[in-house]
Amino acid sequence: MSSHSHDQTVPSAEPRDRLERDAFWERLRHVTPARIGLATTGASLATTPLLDFRIAHARARDAVTAPFDSAAFQAVLASSGQDVLGVSSMASDRREYLLRPDLGRQLAKADHLALAERARPCDLAIVLADGLSPAAVTRHGPPLLEKILPQLTAEGWRLSPLIVVERGRVGIGDAIATALGARAVLVMVGERPGLSVQESVGLYITWAPTGTTTDADRNCISNIWQFGLSYDAAAFRLHGLLKQMFVRRLSGVMLKDDAITDASGRSIDAVEGDDIGFDLQSR
Amino acid sequence: MFKATIGNQRYSFDNLAILLAKASPHRSGDVLAGVAADSAQERVAAQIALADLPLRHFLNEAVVPYESDEITRLIVDRHDPAAFAPIAHLTVGEWRDWLLSDATTTETLSQIQPGITPEMAAAASKLCRVQDLIAIAAKCCVVTRFRTTIGLPGRLSVRLQPNHPTDDPAGVAASIADGLLLGAGDAVIGINPASDSPDRTHQLLCLLEEIRVKLDLPTQSCVLSHVTTTLDLIRRGSPVDLVFQSIGGTEATNRSFGISLDLLAEAHAAAQSLGRGTIGNNLMYFETGQGSALSANAHHGVDQQTLEARAYAVARHFQPLLVNTVVGFIGPEYLFDGKQIIRAGLEDHFCGKLLGLPMGCDVCYTNHAEADQDDMDVLLTLLANAGVNFVMGVPGADDVMLGYQSTSFHDVLAVRELLGLRPAPEFDDWLLKQGLLNQDGKVRLSELPSPVRKLMLPQ
Repeated sequence: MSSHSHDQTVPSAEPRDRLERDAFWERLRHVTPARIGLATTGASLATTPLLDFRIAHARARDAVTAPFDSAAFQAVLASSGQDVLGVSSMASDRREYLLRPDLGRQLAKADHLALAERARPCDLAIVLADGLSPAAVTRHGPPLLEKILPQLTAEGWRLSPLIVVERGRVGIGDAIATALGARAVLVMVGERPGLSVQESVGLYITWAPTGTTTDADRNCISNIWQFGLSYDAAAFRLHGLLKQMFVRRLSGVMLKDDAITDASGRSIDAVEGDDIGFDLQSR
Repeated sequence: MFKATIGNQRYSFDNLAILLAKASPHRSGDVLAGVAADSAQERVAAQIALADLPLRHFLNEAVVPYESDEITRLIVDRHDPAAFAPIAHLTVGEWRDWLLSDATTTETLSQIQPGITPEMAAAASKLCRVQDLIAIAAKCCVVTRFRTTIGLPGRLSVRLQPNHPTDDPAGVAASIADGLLLGAGDAVIGINPASDSPDRTHQLLCLLEEIRVKLDLPTQSCVLSHVTTTLDLIRRGSPVDLVFQSIGGTEATNRSFGISLDLLAEAHAAAQSLGRGTIGNNLMYFETGQGSALSANAHHGVDQQTLEARAYAVARHFQPLLVNTVVGFIGPEYLFDGKQIIRAGLEDHFCGKLLGLPMGCDVCYTNHAEADQDDMDVLLTLLANAGVNFVMGVPGADDVMLGYQSTSFHDVLAVRELLGLRPAPEFDDWLLKQGLLNQDGKVRLSELPSPVRKLMLPQ
């Protein structure tokens, strides 16, 4: 029996109805990773989807506690010719990192000096932090940077070395940008593992970050992974936001990505491409 | 200065904020903020001192300064002395007894509601056991209306939460179909968008409108974007039913969210002017959660549960349709495990209901918290007994966009059947019309309703 056949327990259901329902859910499961059309018994979940859920949660729990091999990750980034520097937050281990987000936003004392030595005026500090999924930034960091960096370099942006942070949260980018003398900061961070995806990253940009910067001062592009937001779409959206941010000299809720079109004038929606059967021409 | 003595040990607490914080049941967020009790005995000493404190005192000492905080000003300036009169002579401890007494009925509670401040409600909650939080909240009744009636006795409504990692309209629609066929969606169909793009938000609003009209659905829709985005979309003519916003309990927290009371009032008025509600015009949808003020570095040394209750003063000002405490979303640094999440969810529901709010709860946890679905079963079952207005319905309890676990359509269905609770009456009628109820009135899918089939597979 398929683990997904919907509502196996209705005694009055004719086989024809059941086949129709199975076909219905089969179609719909192609358009979303959500757990739809699950097998039930009474009002409750059947055993198979119950255990499917438990496996996914176990994977996520294991992803949160997995170690981050910062040195190996720095070596991978350096192998593509990038200037790389590794730093740490004030959190001393993974448990303290989970319980003390304030420490995850502060730079370890010794690393202030290391960054100060590399300080020179630049437009954008680029920070990669393990966050809540070390595997996510390890996996998506290098290919995503390949989509982001060449265009910025070609356009003459002055970029900082790549700063790799252990046990870092988004806010640590503010301290890093300040120490480096950057006008703005981009932070790529491993997002909290979910059941469907344990390895996704988010991009955060902040204009003129300081010690008093809040999350309302940032813009975020989230959910970047192979079946989420694609590298191309994320890089495209990021580039649009960065350009706007430098023109308007601000970031946060006042900066929206509605004005973004690519060179051909297509909107971001067209670039991402919906090949779905749902009519949405009601605009 | 407040004092209590246990045995030979004397304890003192310099001000009301400290007293409330030290009296709070243990949670990681108060430890993180440095305001928690230093020992189990100090916590009980603070509770003893708090129990002796007259409720009148709360009208004379603010936990966040009146001069610098517009929420304190809202609480003080809007306080209703006439509604307060019946409890004005009580201490916090006596008030807890009063709340639990047979003489205090649903009607009594609704009469005193404008006389209660958030800090009073928070104080009472700190003396209550979980059982008290449930028993008192169950006596409260808060009913709101837009296209459905939410919060009637014997009813439990669901926010259908059809999120998709890239806001794909077909993917969103598929999750909506799943939820509707399992009896969810009577509180709202509400999407958390992955993007804050106004164009994408508009597109999702149009999708929800199309589904609602084609299925003749008695419910309301919402895309949970920032209030400034919603305000712009109202001006552009998008089909906006509800105005969503996350809110906190201090002015500085709300500033970190990019909002103020004036901005909320502007959005409230704009949405009201659309006149889209058919049976009522409660149209604000607020989300809250303990820990947001500390997260925004805006807690003023006040404990997270008291600040959460202060957020309800903001909500109360706008007669919302729905207030949702997203209890376990914020993470283990604020609520470490299942025990802390369960207690916090019941405290929030209790305080919100006392303050006259249509409280719902996103019974949830993240994968870095020490919690699992068993803890969610406990909290959901307790909240349903406490008379919670609505909870979340997420496909398989797994939010594939936000990456956390909530309650599933099945979870709600099982709890409704366990406790004999029905959906909102208008939505219940719709389920019957679609042939989704069996002869016992249970939601069981025997045949796909043809409007749903036509909508999802249009060829």
